[in-house]
Amino acid sequence: MLDTTSALSRPGSLLTKNRLPRYTPWIVLAAALILGAALSALIGFSVTSFAIFTAVLFVLGGTVVTWIVEGRRHAVDRLATNLVCGAFLLALLPLVSVIFTVLVRGLPGLSPDFLLTSMGGMTGAVDNATTDNGTAVLGGAYHGIVGTLLITFWATVISVPVGLLAAVYLVEYSRGGTLSRAITFFVDVMTGIPSIVAGLFAAAFFGLVFGPGTRTGFVAAVALSVLMIPVVVRSTEEMLKIVPNELREASYALGVRKWRTILKVVVPTAISGIASGVTLAIARVIGETAPLLVTAGFVNTINFNAFAGWMSTLPTFIYRQLMSPTSPTNTDPSTQRAWAAALILIVMVMLLNLGARLIARIFAPRTSR
Amino acid sequence: MSSKSITGEGGAGRAGDKIFSGITVTAGCLILFVLFCVAVFLMWQALPTFMADPADISGGGGFGRYILPLVIGTVIAALIALLIATPVGIGVALFISHYAPRRLAQGLGYLVDLLAAIPSVVYGAWGMTVLAPALVGPYNWLAENAGWIPIFAGPASQTGKTMLTAGIVLSVMVLPIITSLTREIFLQTPKLHEEAALAMGATRWEMIRMAVFPFARPGVISAVMLGLGRALGETMAVALVLSSGGLIASLIRPGNQTIAAEIALNFPEAFGLRLSELIAAGLVLFLITLAVNVVARWIISRHKEFSGAN
Repeated sequence: MLDTTSALSRPGSLLTKNRLPRYTPWIVLAAALILGAALSALIGFSVTSFAIFTAVLFVLGGTVVTWIVEGRRHAVDRLATNLVCGAFLLALLPLVSVIFTVLVRGLPGLSPDFLLTSMGGMTGAVDNATTDNGTAVLGGAYHGIVGTLLITFWATVISVPVGLLAAVYLVEYSRGGTLSRAITFFVDVMTGIPSIVAGLFAAAFFGLVFGPGTRTGFVAAVALSVLMIPVVVRSTEEMLKIVPNELREASYALGVRKWRTILKVVVPTAISGIASGVTLAIARVIGETAPLLVTAGFVNTINFNAFAGWMSTLPTFIYRQLMSPTSPTNTDPSTQRAWAAALILIVMVMLLNLGARLIARIFAPRTSR
Repeated sequence: MSSKSITGEGGAGRAGDKIFSGITVTAGCLILFVLFCVAVFLMWQALPTFMADPADISGGGGFGRYILPLVIGTVIAALIALLIATPVGIGVALFISHYAPRRLAQGLGYLVDLLAAIPSVVYGAWGMTVLAPALVGPYNWLAENAGWIPIFAGPASQTGKTMLTAGIVLSVMVLPIITSLTREIFLQTPKLHEEAALAMGATRWEMIRMAVFPFARPGVISAVMLGLGRALGETMAVALVLSSGGLIASLIRPGNQTIAAEIALNFPEAFGLRLSELIAAGLVLFLITLAVNVVARWIISRHKEFSGAN
């Protein structure tokens, strides 16, 4: 009680007692910046060491200052806040670095020629001559783009009907029985199948049926659909579940049969969500590399037939150009082609992601609210 | 359209009902069948390896001797990835759910999800050309100053293409999985629990420790396990980044290999028994990831009533 009276007699508000002013972090940051620069200058200045020293000093300094003024509990809170914010900045680093690298290294190689020529006739001698004469890099990723589009198309053709119908079964027909629980569980498990295992499965299956070493675009499409089906099922299921039951009941009350209700009422209501889910599923498989490596092979020429012959795709094109450059002595042209192809691939994936969000927004059903 | 055709009066409508439900059940069963087929075909094609004379297997010591270093390498890579990605992922999820201004939170969430959109081969290329050279300096420093710890034993790789680099690239790829799942769970913490903690005078961190973490623990564990499943099966990052070799304790020297990368690197040229060997390796990988995923899903489904992880 005595404490209280003495506290009350003190001038100023109780609420600001033992409180740091709001601008404290900025002061600590400024101090950390100066000290960090000094410390990193001691061991030979570099941006990395500067950033690391500053971050460590900022976190430590903030904690210590808070501990002295506000006490232990608030110091721990300050420390946690700084670490959580630091984790977020740390997570952004690779994203920024990857996108920056792809842009800087990919843009120089990007040209209409690159998009419209294949690697047919491109030998190490061509690349050597290019490097020696300093002329533009020849050859391109046209065959890879064609292969990626064809294989993804066939994978979509296989997975969308199966995934859609399975989701309809799960939401509309099953009544929580053993079969539906098994399907839900194994669909979840399937999302975790390593992509290379899906590729091995398709290779093993077609190898058994059509003779060993069968590699075509269609085998790759089967491998990709193993990866794609669970994604389609999950997203469609979520979308069908949020269709209000009143719509179904209204339809039944008009005497409409269940299958007509599903096809004419339930699916059209959820179509925007389903479409965006399918687009996201395509975005997920279009960048897959490992399954294509073991199922589609790689060639330098254009192949429009997914059912015969090896087929190159953008991811395997990137992989081959990096791992076994066309010219072993002059790897620069190959590296440039790889990054240009990576840029195209990333743009494709980002466009699909963006498309999915747009579809979801534009075609969303109008609700009364 | 006449009302008759919509309501589908009579036998045609009833038949339509039966046919349609039949088709949907078939599609559902097809998924189970495909998963079953994956296991069966892998086993079928892997059979010659298990029947073969141990001396004919690569390395000459039988399949067990061949696969063990690969399994260990796979687990090491995945563990490095998780050690980095778990704390960072939880931190990012907390930042988005409890620290960032409400208005920015969703946009920042998209930004982290973008990490998941970048194809794995691009990560591999990035790890190989940007990250690996950048890590040569730190690796040399580690070999000099911490070389007495077996995992940092020198001489460090002068290309930076080591297990640690591969693990770091993997951690970047696992991060969005852990973040997106834990974020969902953190957001579902009952608001009243949080407000009660704050009203008792808890700081924000104490509130998170007392209200958010206990609620989210099972969800976080399963998110980490799903991340583990992804890290175990990831191929391209390791294939491109790691300069592989035999099993070795040091993480900063070239060496070690993972199952997935071993398959990707050798499958295109393989035939005969070698092919079967690689498929057997794939089967082992499949069983490991299957076990991890089943456990993760089981944890989620046990706590389904109060976790929205799926």
